[in-house]
Formats: sequence, structure tokens, C-alpha cells
Amino acid sequence: MRKAFFPLLLVTSAMFAYAPVVIAHADYESTMGLVQKVMYFHAPSGMVMLISAIVCGVASALYLWKKDPAADRVAIAAAELTALFGLIVLVTGPLWARKAWGVWWVWEARLTMSFVGWLIAVGYLFVRKYGGPGSDKLAAGLAVFGTANVPFIYVSVNIWRTMHPMTTVVPTLQPGMRGAFWFSALTIFMLYGLMLAARVHLERQRTALDQLYLAEED
Amino acid sequence: MFVRTALLVLKKDFAIEVKSREILYTTLLFALSCVLVFSIAFVKEGEPLEDAAAGILWIAIEFAGTLALGRTFERERYGETLRALLLAPAPRAAIYVGKMLGIVVLLAVCELLLVPLVALLFRSRLFEEPVLLVALLLTGTLGFAVVGSLFAAMLVRARTRDVMLPILLYPMTVPLMIGGVRGTVALTQTPVDQPSAIMWIVLLLCMDAVFLILALWTFEPLMTE
Amino acid sequence: MMRRLLLVVWLVAVAAAPALAFQPPAAQSEYVPVKDLPPVDQLPAAPLLVAAYSFIWLAAMFYLWTIWRRLGKVEAEMRALEQRRSHSR
Repeated sequence: MRKAFFPLLLVTSAMFAYAPVVIAHADYESTMGLVQKVMYFHAPSGMVMLISAIVCGVASALYLWKKDPAADRVAIAAAELTALFGLIVLVTGPLWARKAWGVWWVWEARLTMSFVGWLIAVGYLFVRKYGGPGSDKLAAGLAVFGTANVPFIYVSVNIWRTMHPMTTVVPTLQPGMRGAFWFSALTIFMLYGLMLAARVHLERQRTALDQLYLAEED
Repeated sequence: MFVRTALLVLKKDFAIEVKSREILYTTLLFALSCVLVFSIAFVKEGEPLEDAAAGILWIAIEFAGTLALGRTFERERYGETLRALLLAPAPRAAIYVGKMLGIVVLLAVCELLLVPLVALLFRSRLFEEPVLLVALLLTGTLGFAVVGSLFAAMLVRARTRDVMLPILLYPMTVPLMIGGVRGTVALTQTPVDQPSAIMWIVLLLCMDAVFLILALWTFEPLMTE
Repeated sequence: MMRRLLLVVWLVAVAAAPALAFQPPAAQSEYVPVKDLPPVDQLPAAPLLVAAYSFIWLAAMFYLWTIWRRLGKVEAEMRALEQRRSHSR
């Protein structure tokens, strides 16, 4: 599995570099025009942020109840990636909104709760860094609470009809946009998977280093 | 056994508080200062901004509540009674519920003074529907206490607990605050927007239920150190 | 060895991505303006689009770089520990 990392990274980088070409050839959207093309990365980044939050929550729950240290490693990696992709979503969204809606930000359900979700992910990282001893358990508890937020973020655009596109947009994309969308989505998902693997590897090395230090003391 | 333990913990906190009233008075005064500061921000030419009263009330509850949480658990840590509590042959979740109820009672007493004061200072007609108002305040405060007691208990041994509590608590309580503020705004409309207020109360109840279940699940593994 | 490979791949991605990405879009903006927001019509969409993609690319690169840097530190410490152990034997 480890041998697959570098070839996959090369493939993903190539896909990422090629994606703008694919996106440029996708159909134009009639009401928003050029700026709508932000969607090809904004929507998959949003999906990845929510998936990562769920991964973090499940891993944290496993860590809390089964005390599995591997679960803790996955949890912190997923939390960092939730913060990263959350930041991407929260920056690309307003850049799109400025043109499409006329305003940078609107306090509607999905935007507000995504911002909250991002703050919780950042809070998790702060607890791990500055919480002192026992912070891994505290952060795990926080992650379990934060994951309860995720279904709400996903469903909110369907319940409250605001300016943000609903979840039905993706399954019913025009054929001319579908190819570009799923190509970009696949790129982002692969990027996420690779980043998660790399980050978990870093955490595993850190644990190994700690074991070495402990062994040295003996 | 569970209920008895919870009520015993509540009685203990109540007895300590009644003697010194330290946390109650300081929390109340802090809430008043909050209201003052926010009123300076939200009053224009002597007239309060529309719907400012609702926001200011809930912000004052949240800020004062955060302080009260920190100080309640600091008291436990200082007296080293937390370890004694955890060593007691009682279900851990009952101890958590007892402390949580203590916070609810404390905040309820603060709100008894805060709500009429805010209504007075901001000329807001908060008491048109007293039953709905009480239900709204109760569900909102309960949710805040549920999340806050868990986080404050988790953080009691952390080094940077004073600043970490707001950092962790405020994002998590945003849905509760939204519900509280929008519900209060609905109650101050002319005529009172009853369906909206009831919808927000129900939403807050659901959030309380979710948070309480999660808290009862996670308290045990979180406090086993 | 792993770090060196990672560095090479990262450099290739950094160098290749802008070269491939800064190809002009297929057609210039011929969009239908949003009817009820006239001031927005004057806002060109291309800078916003470019800014969005650049941010994503920069953020991803930055994160991979931080992993690389932290991994380097950990592996350096591990090597130092190994050396200390083999010396003390």
C-alpha cells in the first residue's frame, strides 16, 4: 500500500494541474457565467470537509471507547484536513458569492454552520496543541460533539431555501458539466486520501519516536 | 440511585453557594456590565436598535454563563474535591447531571434579574407571552449548561483552561444562541409571532436532547483519568 | 529516501501546475448579467475565479509542505537517536 503512494501522488498532481483545462471546456452556466466554474472545486471541497469531519468523529469515538491509538492518529489527521478543506470552502465560497449574489457573505444556515464546524475543527487542533496532558481525550470528546453538526450542514440548504444552491444540483447536473465536475471531484477526493495517508504516517512516526525515547530511558 | 446522586451533588453546590454567594453576585454583576457595554454599542441617539434587546440578553447569558462555569469547576479543582467526587461509588453521569443542574439554577437566578432589566433598559416588550418566554429561556439555558458543564469538566485539568473554555464553547453553542435570539425576537414582535417562537422552542428542545445524550455518553470515558 | 522522493514530486507539481493551469479559458465572458443586481455587472469574474483556484492550489501545497517539514524533523530526531544508541554500544 505504501508503494502506491508516490505514483498516486503523481497522478493526482497531474490531474490537479490538468483540471483547469477540463473545467474551461465545460459548459457555461447561463445565469452566473464564468464565475460558476468555482463550483468545480468548491462543491467537492465541501464534500471532503464533511466527510473528513465524520472520519474525525468516528475515529474519536473509537478512541474514546476502545482506546485504540491508531484511531487517535486518524482523528488528528482528519481534524487537520477538516480545517484545511473548511478554509478552502470558506474562501472560495465568498469569492463566488461576491459575483453571483452580490455580497461576500450571508448569515444563512449552511454558511453559518459551516463556519461553526470549521471553528470546532480549529478548536480541536488548539486543544491537542495547548491542552496539556490528557488533551487527546478532551479533543476526542469535542470531535464527537462537532460531528453532530455535519448532517445539519448537509440538510440545511434543502430545509431553508436561501441563495445557496440545494443538494439536488449535483445529481442533476447538465451532461456538459458532469464530466468536469466528477473529474474535479475525483481529484479532490484523491488529494484528500493522499493527504490523510501522509498525515497519519507522520503521526505514526511521531509515536515511533516517542517509543524510541522511552526505550532509551530504560 | 442516579437521581439521588444528581440531587445530592446539586444540594452540595447549592449549600456552598448559599453561604458565600460569591459566584452568584459576581456573575450577576458581570452580566450587568455586559449589558452596559453592549448597550453602548447598540444604542443610537438614545434609541435602542431594533431587536437589540434579544441579542444582548442572550450574549449576556452566554458570557456570564461561561464565567460561572469556569469558576464553579475551579472551586472543585481548588478544593481537590473533583477527585473525591470521581472516587465516589456513584455513576459518573449522575455527578455530571448534578453539576449541570447547579449551573442551570445559577443561570436561572441570574436571568430572573437580567430579563426584566433588559426589557426595561431597551424598552422591549418581552413579557407579552410569559409562558413562552420562560420555556424559551429554560430550553436555551439548559442546552448551554449541558454543553458547558461537559466542556468545563473536561478542561478542569488543562493548562490553558480559562481561554480554552470560550474557544470551545462558543462555536458549539451557536445553534442554541441562534434559537434563543430568534425565539426572543419572535416574542417581541407586535403582534407576538407565536408559531415562530414555538418552532424555536421545539428546535431548542431537540438540540438539548441531542447534546444531553452525547454528553451522558462521553462523560464516562472522558473522566476516567 | 522517502522525503527526497516527496520533495521531487512536490517540486514537479509546483513547477508544472502553473504552466498547465494558466491556459486561457475557452471563451471570454459572455455571461448573462444577474438582472436585479446591476452594480455587480461591472465586477469582472475572471480575477475572482483565478483567486479561488490559486488559493486552493496554494493551500494544498502549503499543507503538503508542512507535512514534509514535520516529517523531516521527526526522521532527523530518529536518526540522531539511532546514532546515539549505536555509539553507546
